[in-house]
Amino acid sequence: MNGSRLLGRTYLGLVFLFLYVPTICVVVYSFNESRLVTVWSGFSLRWYTALAGDEEVLSAAWASLEVGVATAFASVFIGTWAGFVLSRFKRFRGQTLFTGMINAPLVIPEVIQGISLLLLFVALQGALGWPARGLFTIWIGHTMLCVSYVAITVQSRLASLDESLHEAAYDLGATPLRVFFDITLPLISQALISGWLLSFTISIDDVLMTAFLSGPDSTLLPIVVFSRARVGLNPEINALGTLFIVFVTVGVVVNNHFMLRRQRRRDRERTQSVLQA
Amino acid sequence: MTDRLALPARRGRTRGLAARLASWLPSWLPKGRTFVIAAPFAFLLVFFLVPFVAVLKISFADVQMSVPPYTSLVDLTDGTLKIALDFEHFRTVLTDHLYLGAYVFSVEVAAMTTLVCLLVGYPACYLIARADPAHRNLLLMMVMLPFWTSYLIRVYAWIGLLKNQGLINNVLIWAHLTDEPLKIYHNNWGLMIGMVYNYLPYLMLPLYAYLVKLDMTLVEAAYDLGARPAAAFFTITLPMSRRGIIASSLLVFIPAVGEYVIPELLGGSNSLMIGRVMWDDFFVSTDWPTASAATVAMVVLLLLPMAWFQRIRQKDIEGAR
Repeated sequence: MNGSRLLGRTYLGLVFLFLYVPTICVVVYSFNESRLVTVWSGFSLRWYTALAGDEEVLSAAWASLEVGVATAFASVFIGTWAGFVLSRFKRFRGQTLFTGMINAPLVIPEVIQGISLLLLFVALQGALGWPARGLFTIWIGHTMLCVSYVAITVQSRLASLDESLHEAAYDLGATPLRVFFDITLPLISQALISGWLLSFTISIDDVLMTAFLSGPDSTLLPIVVFSRARVGLNPEINALGTLFIVFVTVGVVVNNHFMLRRQRRRDRERTQSVLQA
Repeated sequence: MTDRLALPARRGRTRGLAARLASWLPSWLPKGRTFVIAAPFAFLLVFFLVPFVAVLKISFADVQMSVPPYTSLVDLTDGTLKIALDFEHFRTVLTDHLYLGAYVFSVEVAAMTTLVCLLVGYPACYLIARADPAHRNLLLMMVMLPFWTSYLIRVYAWIGLLKNQGLINNVLIWAHLTDEPLKIYHNNWGLMIGMVYNYLPYLMLPLYAYLVKLDMTLVEAAYDLGARPAAAFFTITLPMSRRGIIASSLLVFIPAVGEYVIPELLGGSNSLMIGRVMWDDFFVSTDWPTASAATVAMVVLLLLPMAWFQRIRQKDIEGAR
């Protein structure tokens, strides 16, 4: 038995090695003195300084941040709404179409969504003179990429909720809207935070949708990174990547920590109330 | 208890919000249930389904040197309605060696990626699902973390590993396992490594969710009845996880067919996946009608796997209710 356990651990270790070695390399080489990214010549922060003085990267990063935050809010708003409909309304006309439109973006290749949204906006602009390609169209495109993830997270969270809480609120005479804001929303807040973070990260490094929907004056960070990576390695991109990785890791770990703590507290309260009864 | 204590502070504000929302809605808007369903429905309809109609339309148009670079299908001049449908682009997409080859290659790469991800990911998911619950959350988070970290940076990271003077080759040469560097960058090896690496978490997360719910008492019963581990696995565990395997495989296969960034950054000039061909049609040769026809062909190609995925998801949602 012990032998197979050791084998299992070794196997998992190898899988995690495969998943983590590339990112670790990016972090390590971002502190490399040399311009040749793969040759270590000494510790230095010069690429971080270079990054801080790179106008193209800075302005693109700022624009990406704006689009990312706007996308995250829009996706959480629409995604929560859609997820609520998905889990609470049993039968309605067009339900199959509705669930189809939620599920399809999870798998559909982005290039298809990018081209079709671009053609829609071009047709709209031809007919109405609006919208011109730019940050606005990118915002809508990114939101379309993220809505499904939020909707499905919310739907599965709602499915796991205790129905009796809502029934109690209804019995006490609360209106549906009131029940939603006072009971449902606080209970699913963790799912909303995860959805927000995921939407933000999807938006901030999406290449395809951004390339199809951006106009001449809207260059976002992923486009800059992609065009530089196309040429090969670039120490500045390593520095930028490291900042990304640190930011996301801290965010995920903190979010996970709070989620676990809440879970434990809930479990404890449940056992307590059972014991008291 | 804590949730209820927190309520009074919030109550006043939400009541105001609810009342304001209700009075703000115009009277002609559908009320209640219909409105709640119709709003996200309309959003998805406009930005997901209607765009495909635009693609379909332009795939029948002609290339034209203008902005936008295609002709209109319907022409109303001198009171006569002329409809010009051009099937030429579909003929190109379905017969031209470039497109046909790209489709076949994309499906091959996607199928291979799915298979390797499954072979690597299934045992890993199984081990995590059977791990001590105290470690399980940490392990799961470690699978999730790459999923959150920038996709672009993670693909870019492989350049530094795969290059001729990259980490892998340096280690191999240092260990005298090879005399000259392996050629694994800018060709199909690089492409496959990048694809498996990127799609592995996409496979593992949903597969884990299915595997952790498996009823292990059945397997124990099989052991008690004298089944060998292999027999128990193939007659009980594997069939029980069938739906999870199919759902997570589709979650890898379908988007992998249209992958663009990985073949562009890690693949060679002959790693022509259809996403790359479509990109070039759009941005290099500005042949929008052909790109649209290629898009339509791709949707048709993926319709069956997508319907399959939809059916599984529908069952999951109904099961969760």
